Amino acid sequence: MSALHIINKPQSRGQALRSCLRLLQPGDALLLIEDGVYACTDTGENRLLWQNLPVEVGCHALRPDLDARGIALPLPTFALVDDDGFVALVCEHDKTLSWF
Amino acid sequence: MTDTSAPPSASHRRLTFISRRAPFGEDYPRACLDMVMAAAVFDQQVNYVFMDDGVHQLVSGQAPAAIGAKDLSAQFAALSLYGVENVFADRQSLLERGLENAVLSIPVDVIDNACLQRLIQDSDQVFVL
Repeated sequence: MSALHIINKPQSRGQALRSCLRLLQPGDALLLIEDGVYACTDTGENRLLWQNLPVEVGCHALRPDLDARGIALPLPTFALVDDDGFVALVCEHDKTLSWF
Repeated sequence: MTDTSAPPSASHRRLTFISRRAPFGEDYPRACLDMVMAAAVFDQQVNYVFMDDGVHQLVSGQAPAAIGAKDLSAQFAALSLYGVENVFADRQSLLERGLENAVLSIPVDVIDNACLQRLIQDSDQVFVL
């Protein structure tokens, strides 16, 4: 029973991202969308955040939201997906949790 | 755990609602409560979890009339009438806010991170709001 966690805000905008991370379980996946993609920019804080994940999960970011914000080089931890990839991720998991 | 691999019955789904906002700043807490009660009326298996700032909703002695808001606690008291028995508060959220010994308006089970992970895992759908 794996879950896809969708996050639309960076850590500077509340506890959603932090709370989501402590509930991740092996096999889950995570997708950053909207302003959530600011959490995968190459900063020291973000590097630290993703290096210290409690479990191994697939990390994804929505490419149109990165492009829209001019984020050319997200952290390499993240696989970039388009809208079709977003739908595929939803289908691959038993449930979706939207953190906002 | 014998039936977890079987497809969930459409009529009895396990639904977990995670309410994570303070009581009066936004409409989400009331919306979450309404969803919990609606799900219970339709005989679903409901878990109602308070997490992050959502634990502030549980503190007793709230008097929001002066700010033109409605008290949630009256409706919390009705949860058991609706058959909602599984009400939880996240321990870490209580601790972070100094509420570990606070008087709460309804009885809740205080749960740790691992228990919350299991609730999510065992649910057919999870609503975070």
